[in-house]
Amino acid sequence: MHIEIDEISKQFGTTAALHPVSLSLPSGALVALLGPSGSGKTTLLRILGGLEFPTSGRVLFDGQDATGLSVQERRAGFVFQSYALFRHMTVFDNIAYGLNARPRASRPTRAEIARRVTKLLELIQLPDIGARYPSQLSGGQRQRVALARALAIEPRMLLLDEPFGALDAKVRKELRQGLRDIHDTTGLTTVFVTHDQDEAMELADLVVVMSGSSSGGRIEQIGKPQDIRARPATPFVRDFISA
Amino acid sequence: MSDTPNIRFRSATEETPTARWVLIGLAFAGLGILVFAPLIAVFVEALADGVTASLKSLASPDARDAIRLTLTIAAIAVPLNAAFGIAAAWFITKFDFTGKAFLITLIDLPFSVSPVVAGLCIVLMFGANSALGGWLVAQGYPIVFALPGIILATMFVTFPFVARELIPVMIEQGRAEEEAALTLGASGWRTFWTVTLPNIRWALLYGVLLCNARAMGEFGAVAVVSGKIRGQTATMPTTIEMLYQEYLSVAAFSLAAVLALLALLTLLLKTALEIRHADQLAATHRH
Repeated sequence: MHIEIDEISKQFGTTAALHPVSLSLPSGALVALLGPSGSGKTTLLRILGGLEFPTSGRVLFDGQDATGLSVQERRAGFVFQSYALFRHMTVFDNIAYGLNARPRASRPTRAEIARRVTKLLELIQLPDIGARYPSQLSGGQRQRVALARALAIEPRMLLLDEPFGALDAKVRKELRQGLRDIHDTTGLTTVFVTHDQDEAMELADLVVVMSGSSSGGRIEQIGKPQDIRARPATPFVRDFISA
Repeated sequence: MSDTPNIRFRSATEETPTARWVLIGLAFAGLGILVFAPLIAVFVEALADGVTASLKSLASPDARDAIRLTLTIAAIAVPLNAAFGIAAAWFITKFDFTGKAFLITLIDLPFSVSPVVAGLCIVLMFGANSALGGWLVAQGYPIVFALPGIILATMFVTFPFVARELIPVMIEQGRAEEEAALTLGASGWRTFWTVTLPNIRWALLYGVLLCNARAMGEFGAVAVVSGKIRGQTATMPTTIEMLYQEYLSVAAFSLAAVLALLALLTLLLKTALEIRHADQLAATHRH
């Protein structure tokens, strides 16, 4: 799905989180929102997912105005920073949650739900953990379960907030490839937030470099990783990617 | 090489055996004097004239009415306060708004206000001499010296218990799980029932049990509001006090023993539930 962000700004009370930003994300791209803390990248992601509403501006999905769509109507697969797995449910029930939450008319049968959950567990290469609780999983396993849970609703896009933030360096590397593979298999437009420039440059097709200031976060440069590396548009970008 | 002195290493936070036994002993002595001895005394006094005398006093109409009234009050006040407590805790922890600190203070108010004062406030608000109270009496719905007043007083006094238990737990758990449920397509209502409530159920249970114990035991506010009319508005605690004033010590202590037993029963229930669901408790990091 093609995502168009048109002059989106966001104020929290008197604090500006986002200076009006515009951005066009081609269908099927893997996009990194890269920037230091306070650059509004998470706010932008949450606006895309419908968890925050912009103070001004519009969001368009495939040309349709989606600004007023509720979080449920967005059908965005969202992976939270600390994964936010339902701690009182098994991995199976976590992944099945979105399917069980559907209205009766469009809810798959139990057998169909079980089949889909099993398939997703295979996709994340953890076929045997359905009966476990989140507290019994490692950080990397939790992240993959969160990804499977988000994919279960057959989302229109995949949004990930610092998906590798809480992991150690080795697991990080493995899961980067995992995300790349899942993106390539599903073909979903995928946006992830990171402050790690290596991660953004290595993984993304398109990198959006953001910076923060008292008037809110703004976009410094949008481009392919190699273009940003070769031709940083502003001194901020040059400093940030060489850091 | 074998003559290294036999040193026992102690961890930094571990006390010497003497200190340990003194502390443990003090704790037990304190508990014994403050909790166990009075509790035993109640039962000893209750059974001073034998089991039959004690049971006979409990079978009297006044005692039976008092027990029934107290259970009725708890049955009404506790669910209402559980609902209000959940609503307050939800509102405070899941939303940002100005005046939040003030609201939390307000919830704590019943802890700092003397129950007698609370009772007097209700009398002033709803008594027959006030405009509102006078009108309600004229309509045939007296509040003071009747069941509604007692329930109001009980609810006021026990209001903080559920919310106080829930707020820290809900703050610690944050909003991410609820947000996750919403992004997965769940409605707010469904999110509450399938995510929020299961996550807070132990804190809620604990709050409800405390609330229940206090609701059954409340004396001060209820004494002011109820008028202590025997057979009508006298609850267990007020009846115990009246019997005691009349030197009917077996009757007074028998009823007191029942009240204590109800409290012990609540505690046993809580412990039993905790043992039965120990694995889930561990999974939700709640004791």
